[in-house]
Amino acid sequence: MMINIECYLVVSTIMMFAGIYGFFTRHNMLAMLISVELMLNATDINFAVFNRFLFPAMKEGYFFSLFSIAISAAETAIAIAIMINIYRNVRSIQTKDIEDMKW
Amino acid sequence: MNFLSLYIFIPLLMLVGLWLAKGLKTVRGVMVVGSSALLMLSIGLVIAYLSARHAGAAAEMLFRAEMMWYPSLHIAYSVGVDGISVAMLLLSSIIVFTGTFVSWRLKPLTKEYFLWFTLLAMGVFGFFISIDLFTMFMFYEVALIPMYLLIGVWGSGPKEYAAMKLTLMLMGGSALLLIGILGIFYGSGGTTMNILEIAKLHNIPLAQQCIWFPITFLGFGVLGALFPFHTWSPDGHASAPTAVSMLHAGVLMKLGGYGCFRVAMYLMPEAANQMGWIFLILTGISVVYGAFSACVQTDLKYINAYSSVSHCGLVLFALLMMNRAAATGAVLQMLSHGLTTALFFALIGMIYGRTHTRNINEMRGLMRIMPFLSVGFVLAGLANLGLPGFSGFVAEMTIFVGSFQHFDAFHRVLTIIACSSIVITAVYILRLIGKILYGTCTNKAHLKLSDATWEERLAVITLICCMAGLGLAPSWISHMISNSVGPIVSQLIP
Amino acid sequence: MEYTIFILILPFLSFLFLGLAGKWMSHRAAGLVGTLTLGAVAAMSYLTAFLYFTAPRLADGTFATLIPVNFEWLPFTSTLSIDMGVLLDPISVMMLIVISTVSLMVHIYSFGYMKGERGFQRYYSFLSLFSMSMLGLVLATNIFQMYVYWELVGVSSYLLIGFFYTRPAAIAASKKAFIVTRFADLGFLIGILVYSYYGGTFSFHPDSSMLMAGGAAMMPLALGLMFIGGAGKSAMFPLHIWLPDAMEGPTPVSALIHAATMVVAGVYLVARMFPLFIVYAPGVLHIVAYVGAFTAFFAASIACVQSDIKRVLAFSTISQIGFMMVALGVCTSLDPNLGGLGYMASMFHLFTHAMFKSLLFLCAGCIIEQVHSNEMSAMGGLRKYMPVTHIAFLIACLAISGIPPFSGFFSKDEILTASFNFSPIMGWVMAIIAGMTAFYMFRIYFGIFWGTENKELHEKLHPHENPLTMTIPLVILAGITCVAGFIPFGQFISSNGQAYHIDIELSTALTSIIIGVVSIALAIFMYMRPTQPVADSLARKFKELYTAAYHRFYVDEVYQFITHRIIFGCISTPIAWIDRHIIDGLLNFSAWSAYATSDSIRSLQSGRVQQYAFVFLLGALALILLLIL
Repeated sequence: MMINIECYLVVSTIMMFAGIYGFFTRHNMLAMLISVELMLNATDINFAVFNRFLFPAMKEGYFFSLFSIAISAAETAIAIAIMINIYRNVRSIQTKDIEDMKW
Repeated sequence: MNFLSLYIFIPLLMLVGLWLAKGLKTVRGVMVVGSSALLMLSIGLVIAYLSARHAGAAAEMLFRAEMMWYPSLHIAYSVGVDGISVAMLLLSSIIVFTGTFVSWRLKPLTKEYFLWFTLLAMGVFGFFISIDLFTMFMFYEVALIPMYLLIGVWGSGPKEYAAMKLTLMLMGGSALLLIGILGIFYGSGGTTMNILEIAKLHNIPLAQQCIWFPITFLGFGVLGALFPFHTWSPDGHASAPTAVSMLHAGVLMKLGGYGCFRVAMYLMPEAANQMGWIFLILTGISVVYGAFSACVQTDLKYINAYSSVSHCGLVLFALLMMNRAAATGAVLQMLSHGLTTALFFALIGMIYGRTHTRNINEMRGLMRIMPFLSVGFVLAGLANLGLPGFSGFVAEMTIFVGSFQHFDAFHRVLTIIACSSIVITAVYILRLIGKILYGTCTNKAHLKLSDATWEERLAVITLICCMAGLGLAPSWISHMISNSVGPIVSQLIP
Repeated sequence: MEYTIFILILPFLSFLFLGLAGKWMSHRAAGLVGTLTLGAVAAMSYLTAFLYFTAPRLADGTFATLIPVNFEWLPFTSTLSIDMGVLLDPISVMMLIVISTVSLMVHIYSFGYMKGERGFQRYYSFLSLFSMSMLGLVLATNIFQMYVYWELVGVSSYLLIGFFYTRPAAIAASKKAFIVTRFADLGFLIGILVYSYYGGTFSFHPDSSMLMAGGAAMMPLALGLMFIGGAGKSAMFPLHIWLPDAMEGPTPVSALIHAATMVVAGVYLVARMFPLFIVYAPGVLHIVAYVGAFTAFFAASIACVQSDIKRVLAFSTISQIGFMMVALGVCTSLDPNLGGLGYMASMFHLFTHAMFKSLLFLCAGCIIEQVHSNEMSAMGGLRKYMPVTHIAFLIACLAISGIPPFSGFFSKDEILTASFNFSPIMGWVMAIIAGMTAFYMFRIYFGIFWGTENKELHEKLHPHENPLTMTIPLVILAGITCVAGFIPFGQFISSNGQAYHIDIELSTALTSIIIGVVSIALAIFMYMRPTQPVADSLARKFKELYTAAYHRFYVDEVYQFITHRIIFGCISTPIAWIDRHIIDGLLNFSAWSAYATSDSIRSLQSGRVQQYAFVFLLGALALILLLIL
């Protein structure tokens, strides 16, 4: 059975909006980070899918997905490092507790 | 590159020297050597200029030099002087020289103070030697910024407020100025930033002139204390340290008049003719209004600041009369007011440094206690109210006679109104002298105060000599200025 | 006659030298420097006068106008410039003599009078400055040079009135003198501006082509404005208020500046512009006459009731200058035989008045030096103690009252003749004022030297004759006063420059003598005896008038009101308030509104990343919608 393009896109759209929803509603920085990762992964899927279905002869979409995965891994590492540091200082990773950072 | 660039290099060397200097003695040494070198340079320049003219040099600007530094926008470092800038350079170097001695004992952070002071001086010198719009503007900004720190750090009273107000208002002015300069640049076809070349092209359409002229004039006018944008002056001067007040009122305010004349009126003569009357009324108001305001002030520095508003108003007033004699008078008035007001601020600073009050109701009978300073003060006062024999008389009379030769009756009536300021000036000066110098001192603490120190005497005597020299033998400088004003004014006369 | 420039340079050098080096000099050395300089100036002036008046006259019978020195000092335009130079013509040479004589006398006199005063060197340097400026004023070759020195004269008067700068009254008086005259000078300056615009020059002879082209119509305005300047310096009503107060200065200064020289500068100005006045502005000349007459009367009436002797002399000066102004004002033609007599009379009176009035002041100085007071109550009966002063004072009083053969008789007689020629009313008014003059002068004469003696004070102070430095000038001036009337003045000075033979008109002379004698007799009747019942009862009967006159008709109060209430209260204070609160307020308001705006939109920049993301999303969606539609 041939899985057509819409199925992939539905999944990635759900992931994307789940990520957006999570990013907007969560006050825990870890949860926000997870939401960001969800959005990133949704775009990765899209890259791969569009490459596979629209330009089967080329490989740039896959490369870009891999590239993006690598970047997001690095980014997650930095983000978690920041969170750990914040946690050490204020004993919380709730956004409302670190509002003083903006001053 | 020619010797005019020394006006930039000497302050630069001074900056380096101050940077490296350790200890008060070295700092003072660098300042004295540098400012004397500048003074010598200016005197040399006057002699060189006059002898070149005497030898028949007919170019509008002498000692020209040019070096492109941003070709795509036609921005060049081009220098050159005519009689007006020579006079202004002489004035600036005298004030920098005396300012150094006046701040001899300034504390704390003496080195940093002199660093900013020198930077300010460099901006002023650069402004007067440049004939490139953008370079001129750049030096103008160089002169403005140190003011903020000098007042904010070394000032007195509500210094943060005053520094902020002064800087913001002048920055507002220079924002207008930048627009005006760009307007002139593109209006004249966008091929050159050189003032002389733009003037020669003389191709800015009238419709554009009518937009850029008020903007440029206002931009410079703020610095020249044009009513109603003068309020930075009393607050700024009152809070600034003595030498900064001197330099600011003595030289920096002249940048305004000089710019109005050299840039706004010279490059856009048709608009100046058409719209001059609006500014003429404003400056006429400044003249009388400043004098009346000074009558009721009780703070020494406020009195002098309002007096400056009145006298600087006279500069712009005379420029807008647009004839040769009045414009000569305006430049003379810049010189004269620079010297007089610098002397006034220096003396006020010295008195304030001793009595720790600037309220004229708290001082009496200082003549017996500090005779040297008091005599200097009386002389400064008399010079300020236009006593013959001092520069003020020469300048004011040239302005009044020149302005009254205007063919239009409206201008002549305004001249008469402006004349009345000489009476009001007498009122506030004599009130001031009578209150603080004469009478018998009743304050015990004041009885023990000392008279001027040697460096203060040096500064005061230098300024008085310059004023008297200009006042007793004015014809050479009047000729020098008049010859340079001629070409600019001939553009203005339709 | 190029040496005449040294008449100006020498006192200036002496001023600089004494001003700069005086601190390290002894009193005697400083005084000698000043006096010797003035002696040299006086010698040069006499020489100049001798050479000038003995030189042959021109073909038209006038003396040549010489300009031995003239150079451009400050150029304005191609046609207008201030020249500095020396102009010799009959009136300037006459003024040279007056100024240098009186100034020399005052220099000598001050040796004794100012002895031991603090600031002795400063005093002499100011005297030199004053002499220089006054001489420069009369020698001016053009109207603007005159204005330059005019201002300098004003400032030296300011410095000398305020010489005792620790006394509040002296400070106030000096300030008042300077500001009032400065106000009048504004008129002078504007007059010069108008004159130069319509006459095309600063010289005393306007460009005739400019005048033809319509300038002549503006000449009355220009000359009238100049007269305001002259009225200020010469203390004409209502600008006279500074002169009585100026008596706060040292008495020799009053003699020099406020009696003989500076106060007649206004008369000199009108005389200098006289040819223009008579041709272009005869109407203004009549105004001059009326102002002069009113001032003469006004001041004389005040002088009748003052008790401070220097004030009486000051008002008397104002009154006598009024006479000079009237004499100029009643002229109707350039020919002295056809209505131009007043010009000569005015100059003659200027000359004689300078001598006897400075004599009066110097005598007053001698008296004040002895009794330490200006009030007549401290005097009385002084003739026993100070015979020389007494005789000198009497001579001066007789001269000012117009009793022959003293000098005042001759000059005043010419003024009365000129006034009668103008109109009988003017003549009689002036004759009555002359009578008042005799009355108040003898009133103070008797008050000082006769009358009730203040024995208590005199026993304590032992008044006696002053040292020779002070009495010799009195004797010299008294001598001049006795003989000056016989100078054939009309031979030297007249309105058209030709010799004019003065002949005393018997009817006028008799009238003036009779009026003078009657007034003196009245004064003797009222004031000579120790008690003065008549005067006291008169003062009681006309109490309001007496009080008003004693308070100088409240003119000072009017000025006080104008300056303090109107200028300070209604103009300056509101302007300063507007500046601080409205104009600066607008600026502060703009600063505040910028601050308030940014404060209110600050909450948008919350720092909450979720809020930002939400706005971002909305924005993105909006853009997408926009693109789709």
